Amino acid sequence: MQITERTALELGRMIKKKEISVREAVDASYQRIAALDGELNSYVTLDQEAAYARADQVQAGIEDGSITGPLAGVPAAVKDNICTEGLLTTCSSKILYNFVPTYSAEAVLNMEKAGAVILGKTNMDEFAMGSTTETSAFGPTKNPWNTGHVPGGSSGGSCVAVAAGEAPYALGSDTGGSIRQPGSFCGVVGLKPTYGTVSRYGLIAYGSSLDQIGPIAKDVSDCAAILEMIASHDKKDSTSVARTDCDFTSALVDDVKGLRVGIPSDYLGEGLDDEVRQAVLDTADVLRQKGAIVEEFDLSLVEYAIPAYYVIASAEASSNLSRFDGVKYGYRAAEYEGLHNMYKKSRSEGFGEEVKRRIMLGSFVLSSGYYDAYYLKALRTKALIKQSFDRAFEKYDIILAPASPTTAPELGKSLSDPLKMYLGDIYTISVNLAGLPGISVPCRLDSKGLPIGVQMIGDCFNEKAILRAAYAFEQARGRFLVPEIAKKNNANGCVCQRNADKCSGKETSFAANGTENIQKTAADKEGE
Amino acid sequence: MAKQYETVIGLEVHVELATKTKIFCGCSTAFGAAPNAHTCPVCTGMPGSLPVLNKQVVEYAMAVGLATNCEIHQFCKFDRKNYFYPDNPQNYQISQLYLPICHDGYVEVDTSAGTRKIGIHEIHMEEDAGKLIHDEWEDCSLVDYNRSGVPLIEIVSEPDMRSAEEVIAYLEKLRLIIQYLGASDCKLQEGSMRADVNLSVRELGAEKFGTRTEMKNLNSFKAIARAIDGERERQIELLEEGKPVIQETRRWDDNKEYSYPMRSKEDAHDYRYFPDPDLVPIVISDEWLQAVKDRQPELRTEKLARYKKEFDIPEYDAGIITESKHMADIFEEATALCGKPKKVSNWLMGETLRLLKEENREPETLDFSPKHLAKLIDLAEAGTINQTVAKEVFEQIFREDVDPEAYVEEHGLKTVNDEGELRTIVEGVIAANPQSVADYKGGKEKALGFLVGQTMKAMKGKANPAAVNAMLRELLA
Amino acid sequence: MANIISDETIEYVGILAKLELSDEEKEQAKKDIGRMLDYVDKLNELDTSGVEPMSHVFPVSNVFREDVVTNGDEHEATLKNAPAAKEQSFMVPKTVE
Repeated sequence: MQITERTALELGRMIKKKEISVREAVDASYQRIAALDGELNSYVTLDQEAAYARADQVQAGIEDGSITGPLAGVPAAVKDNICTEGLLTTCSSKILYNFVPTYSAEAVLNMEKAGAVILGKTNMDEFAMGSTTETSAFGPTKNPWNTGHVPGGSSGGSCVAVAAGEAPYALGSDTGGSIRQPGSFCGVVGLKPTYGTVSRYGLIAYGSSLDQIGPIAKDVSDCAAILEMIASHDKKDSTSVARTDCDFTSALVDDVKGLRVGIPSDYLGEGLDDEVRQAVLDTADVLRQKGAIVEEFDLSLVEYAIPAYYVIASAEASSNLSRFDGVKYGYRAAEYEGLHNMYKKSRSEGFGEEVKRRIMLGSFVLSSGYYDAYYLKALRTKALIKQSFDRAFEKYDIILAPASPTTAPELGKSLSDPLKMYLGDIYTISVNLAGLPGISVPCRLDSKGLPIGVQMIGDCFNEKAILRAAYAFEQARGRFLVPEIAKKNNANGCVCQRNADKCSGKETSFAANGTENIQKTAADKEGE
Repeated sequence: MAKQYETVIGLEVHVELATKTKIFCGCSTAFGAAPNAHTCPVCTGMPGSLPVLNKQVVEYAMAVGLATNCEIHQFCKFDRKNYFYPDNPQNYQISQLYLPICHDGYVEVDTSAGTRKIGIHEIHMEEDAGKLIHDEWEDCSLVDYNRSGVPLIEIVSEPDMRSAEEVIAYLEKLRLIIQYLGASDCKLQEGSMRADVNLSVRELGAEKFGTRTEMKNLNSFKAIARAIDGERERQIELLEEGKPVIQETRRWDDNKEYSYPMRSKEDAHDYRYFPDPDLVPIVISDEWLQAVKDRQPELRTEKLARYKKEFDIPEYDAGIITESKHMADIFEEATALCGKPKKVSNWLMGETLRLLKEENREPETLDFSPKHLAKLIDLAEAGTINQTVAKEVFEQIFREDVDPEAYVEEHGLKTVNDEGELRTIVEGVIAANPQSVADYKGGKEKALGFLVGQTMKAMKGKANPAAVNAMLRELLA
Repeated sequence: MANIISDETIEYVGILAKLELSDEEKEQAKKDIGRMLDYVDKLNELDTSGVEPMSHVFPVSNVFREDVVTNGDEHEATLKNAPAAKEQSFMVPKTVE
């Protein structure tokens, strides 16, 4: 087995046993990136020099016993909406094309404490708005199972990097399904924790009341270990919850006897692909055979989750994204007349279409006269949705569901009809509205050879129930397949030019109309 | 007969709270730092940063609410007020719209027409904006976020005021209350207290309010009074001409004594308020509320009543002294040390006020230690120095906060009580001024005054004038 | 489409959001917002009377900091990404007329 096919925990054990050095682990990932990322485009920024230096530092730390833990020395990728000190963080948007944070997200600090080596930043839908990773200002990421298909989104880059062996594990973020849906499209495991479990400090906000950072990995055990590492009560995040039950790996037992599993029958109806439906039912059978009690039930209110979500998320986004204005950081238009024109031009040129669409919608629903009808109505709907989940969790320990109505669509087929694209989030979105934990686990490939994932949803703070069920299912399923593209031995791969560009950052593409401008105009005026 | 008009005024008063740190981050609120020295990712709106509420802000807001007879919303929240401007780094201000911390209070103010009750609609907490400086040289503006995130409370009155006099009385009252609470120093000139004036006029006896305008940029009581008169005139003129008053925000130009509309087509004044998802609600328990109540310091009205009872000083003096919490503190501390309230009061009412006026300063700026004033009083009482010297030393205390004992010693200002020495000098003065001596002996009492003066001069003021007087009379008898 | 978005509305929302759309984009935005609102109107089928709007999923409250200065002079970090700066300050087009 190649190094890049190893899970993060396996790599961690190998490093600990000195079967492999941290540098070699990092090297393996970069070689895979060099060979594949020209085609897959899962990374937007690579940080080779720093990663190698960091590898040696972590190696020394492991040897002198100052860095311990199961993931010490294991390289990782970080979604590009999570701030990394000194490393370009763009949200895959032109408006942040040159933004280098002076601080790291709390989740990243926690990773670093545990000995992670960050390889680079992964591609995403611009500001996490999208379900395909096609709205990125740096071009779409491609699905490693079939590069004619999308990887899902918005954490498409992170999921592809893990699926293709370009990173042993990655961080993603999930506002309406952005970890679970691309996870299912790419054949990797993605977990969205209970709201408040992982600090949002340093996560560039999309929908603040819905956003959570979570792990993306090859298997359930990795996810549990990563979550254990990044979860923390952070005093810098007022919505961070003090939990005492973050020993998630303790839930990794192959035992679901007596576990009560509910399948919402309203999730299995119209719009669901037959092969996906069958995968969910087969997963239920696996759990049943292992002693779980499975039944269908009516969750209700399913069709109201998407409209409520788009009102809330767009409203919050319209406010969260107002800070991108060309004043303090990021892109400023080259030519403008006066302050307000500078705002408008910088924002109109800096944001992509989907982001503008949501900002416009969000500004509209909050505008004078509409607040009650749209925003408050959506918050009331959210309360009802939460109640229906509360009722469900009185009867069940977990809810089993599809992660997405279909497997990965073809590239270029989704963006023309935004509303239809939004409907694809139907099984993931209510989990964010209710703040619940959810995990997507690859089940099998469909007839087109694309992965199908199933989703397990737990009650608030009950990640352990879904981890246990997912782990048990995984034990029955066995190690998941590796995409063909990632099977080639790329040991002699060289860093191609395209990827070398990433190391120096993507600044080149936008710098011409950016920063220097006002200084230039100022200097011109001085000369007059 | 010309129509009679009534002015209807409501005030929005912003007060910067006296916390050490900003409302949502650990940056200092100190004045005078270099641009952007007191900033961090939170107060400059960096991507991914998050606010965490300063508890002291809530306690100050509660204290002001309680002192102004407000109800406290024991469940309150922060909302975002969305608008684009460079002094507002997130392009939204964190404020309170839907559930402000205090509501429905009042204060009583004294005016020439008697006591008036001014209603307080609400008090809410919010963050201050940064500072913009216009750079003439490069025709641009420079943004400094040191003030961004400094905590404010906004006190919104009911439209209960009818004249500039009432407005000033209301502001004075708020200022006193807040200073007494220690919640702010309330300096209008420095911007730690700012007032926006909402004003409309209506025909006397009319039931409905007229259309109001909001005036900003008022940074002194005088400017507020002038703005009220100016805006009243402007609105009456419009009405007389049959033109409508437009509801708008206007900027008062105190030099031109006229207000100008601030509106531009880029300002929609649609703030799209919604609850800030980054902050959690504030739940004020009965216990917490009680604890803040129990900690409320003595306010001015109570202090005044106590002074009347405790100290033998004129009511007028007590009124003046308690008008500044700082001055009252000096009074009480000095009195506690020397035990002579009347003397302390005299120094404050006399020399202190005189010197303040001379230097055009507010009582809040007094920076001498009460200990030195008490010592000075002791020295004068003991006859160690005479009144003239005492005044001279006080000036030094007032300006440099010198220790009077050391100062008197160092400058040899002690009154000379040695009778032999005094006699020698007086004899010298008599010998040197035969004409005055003759005048005195001829019945001109005034001439004695001259001789006293000459003696004091010869003794560099260190004599006890009564002793000099007695000695002269004795020798000239 | 039940929700018709007027030119004035798009213009107005553009001012609020500080976005300048081309004529083509405006037409598209009118259609997009209209369609989304039609879809959102589905919420009106739900009886939400007596339901409290839910901002936070958990009843977390009273998260405070103590009033202690923790930050030093950080102007360099603050200005590090500034598109234009002068005299330790962010430089913007003039804000006064």
